[in-house]
Amino acid sequence: MPPNHDVLFRTLADPTRRAIFERLCRDGDQTVGALTARAGVSQPAVSKHLGVLKRAGLVRDRHEGRRTHYSAQLGALAPLIDWTSQMTGFWQSRFDDLEDLLKRMDQ
Amino acid sequence: MNETPAETLSVVVEREIPFPPEKIWRALTQPHLIEEWLMKNDFKPVVDHRFNLSADWGSVSCQVRTAEPNRMLSYTWDSKDLRSVVTWTLTPTGTGTLLRMEQTGFLPDQRQYYQGAKGGWRRFFAALEQVLARTD
Repeated sequence: MPPNHDVLFRTLADPTRRAIFERLCRDGDQTVGALTARAGVSQPAVSKHLGVLKRAGLVRDRHEGRRTHYSAQLGALAPLIDWTSQMTGFWQSRFDDLEDLLKRMDQ
Repeated sequence: MNETPAETLSVVVEREIPFPPEKIWRALTQPHLIEEWLMKNDFKPVVDHRFNLSADWGSVSCQVRTAEPNRMLSYTWDSKDLRSVVTWTLTPTGTGTLLRMEQTGFLPDQRQYYQGAKGGWRRFFAALEQVLARTD
């Protein structure tokens, strides 16, 4: 089952966690070590953040020998970026303005 | 990163409007009228005519595909992160017109999907952080 809005919002509300997620989105798969080097927090802290991201469906881990690679799961953001409902809202309000205009027009 | 198929998008808005198709057609095709309900534009109801819709948040590149007066109007609708086609259909009813807008298209790829969305959720999370800071 996809995580709900609350879980996604709570997960990404933490700036450090969000920075880790953004790094994975931008730069692709990375190990905890590589992420720690840029995160400004300890490796256990990074691991903990990755665990939270993983439970929210935002990252996936893949074991390769003794190393674990993490990757961003952009699809998990879909509930936050529901284009269809955004566009529907846009067109509904355009229809409202169009109807107002038609009332003002001659004939 | 795994390649995933582009996400398709389809939106339909339909409304019965108590005016004849001819009047609605004017509102859909005359630039000074389009500006009043949609955006600034250089529209012409001529097939293949390219035009832009512009607003303070950005612009949309369009090209007319179909223009059948009082019946159907269709144009491409391309923005930074969306390739789509908007089709207007006007069907006369006893008391006015059934006006239907269908927009179908796709987001070119997941990376742009993410990039396009990023601005939005950044702002959202900045606001959320302020709220959380206040509720401690």
